[in-house]
Amino acid sequence: MAPFGRRAARVLERTEHGAYVVLRCADPDGPVPSAGQFYMLSAAERWGGGDGERPFLPRAFSVMRTSAGAGRTPGAELEFVLEDVGPGTRRLCELEAGEELLLTGPLGIGFTAPGAGRRALLVGGGVGIAPLAIWQDELGARTRVLLGFRDAEHAEGAALLSGAVVATDDGSVGHHGLVTELLEAELDADAGAVVYACGPPAMLEAVRALCTERSVDAQLALESGMACGFGACFGCVVPTRAGFVRLCVDGPVLDAAALETAIVAGAGH
Amino acid sequence: MELCGIALAHPVINASGTFDAIAARKAFGDALLERFPFAAFVSKTVTLAPREGNPPPRLWELAGGMINSIGLPNKGLAGYLRLDLPQLAELPVPLIVNVMGFTREEVGRLVDAFTEREEVAALELNVSCPNVETGLMMGAVPEEVCALLDHVRPLTGKPLIVKLTPNATDVAAVARAAEESGADAVSLINTIRGMALDPRSGEPWLGGITGGVSGPAVRAAALAQVYAVANAVKIPIVGMGGVQRGQDALDLLRAGATLVAVGTESFRDAAAGARVAGELAGLAANCDVSYRHQVQSC
Repeated sequence: MAPFGRRAARVLERTEHGAYVVLRCADPDGPVPSAGQFYMLSAAERWGGGDGERPFLPRAFSVMRTSAGAGRTPGAELEFVLEDVGPGTRRLCELEAGEELLLTGPLGIGFTAPGAGRRALLVGGGVGIAPLAIWQDELGARTRVLLGFRDAEHAEGAALLSGAVVATDDGSVGHHGLVTELLEAELDADAGAVVYACGPPAMLEAVRALCTERSVDAQLALESGMACGFGACFGCVVPTRAGFVRLCVDGPVLDAAALETAIVAGAGH
Repeated sequence: MELCGIALAHPVINASGTFDAIAARKAFGDALLERFPFAAFVSKTVTLAPREGNPPPRLWELAGGMINSIGLPNKGLAGYLRLDLPQLAELPVPLIVNVMGFTREEVGRLVDAFTEREEVAALELNVSCPNVETGLMMGAVPEEVCALLDHVRPLTGKPLIVKLTPNATDVAAVARAAEESGADAVSLINTIRGMALDPRSGEPWLGGITGGVSGPAVRAAALAQVYAVANAVKIPIVGMGGVQRGQDALDLLRAGATLVAVGTESFRDAAAGARVAGELAGLAANCDVSYRHQVQSC
């Protein structure tokens, strides 16, 4: 359960991993998040503080790692992975150790375990590695991970997980091609695996289509632009077979079977 | 502190459609009830039939605000009465239900249905939502508002608050028409119609083509409209538009509002209403403000 309202969290460390920035933050008043849950983040300074200033709304980020459970108390340490793609992520990427974030969370519904005797297969790419990393932490470091990136600079993000098999669009690292080609080979070998996926819309849609075609259970962590993160704005709806659902409260993890498409209008913008 | 005979702990409530207390309780638990941020809760617009809302994308961030094109998704009257009302009745504050119909008869049926419900302290009539094709209709001109109130006023003894549209030529004239036709209060501003283009394709970004602008970007417009309406009517005014801080709320009260509503700021911080109320109390204690409508009853 998320504490009510927005709270401050100090940045403990900022590290760069190729195209990505990882912020490690102290959240002494917060609970330990589940894999697949997210937080709404904004910088404490220079964020909608003056009229006419963007960024204005907080941004939703899946938590990438939490160090609670490793015996540190009180509260949690949280890690988020960012890529500078717009005014919000740019401002967050600028934050240095000692500066503050404002956050709300943990929010939403995360992944559910694969069930006895079934293997988890983690598939993703880009900043979509975030929920896969915390899920691998929970399932075990030997959990199979397949990641796709556009080039070598982005593929450095693969080191944030353990033993990831990598594909790149330009062939500079690992398999030259799509991560779904790696996924096909894995499913050929083990059709009973449960797929957990997060990544850009086109990648997620390819994973959804493949898993649907092969009747493989898949849980997809989706992204949609959202203003609040706790069900108030109704802005983040995605179409499902049962109509629109609010991704913030009914997701962000949805069963692939619930979706006709993983392409969400406005996502990945 | 009171509005139309409804006792309130402080003068800050929420703007309709900007806070889902049921979803927030799931996210934040009973802490929401213990620290409920608003002195009354205004629920999202209820229509007679269920609505799925507009296709996404529904949001666009602006400098100092946002545009939304949500399209009034709701469970419809029957769904609201069965599923939402029992949960909203558990809130520690009075409940104001916002209703909208596509005809006067539809509004009448909604007003009728809620008149019987003890859980409902007052009704807010949405005559202003710019996101639905017909939304401008009833609040655009004084004659339409008179005709609507002539139809629904006799149906209920509950306070009727008319949520005015800022997309009218003369908002003060519409407010005066509402007062003369029996409205107990008016609330304003609703969002201001706006749009955004996809920078890559040049096509309208929002699924609903146009949407409603809210946030600090509309604060000055809200202040001017509240001021104009306060000079036109004697009934209480719920002022809203870009309230982020106690000072913004104080400005609206000084312009003539009785209560202030927080909307978009709650998206940024779920507890914003409580913060604004606290800041406002501090400011009011220090500057001896006498509010125009403070002790007026309906």
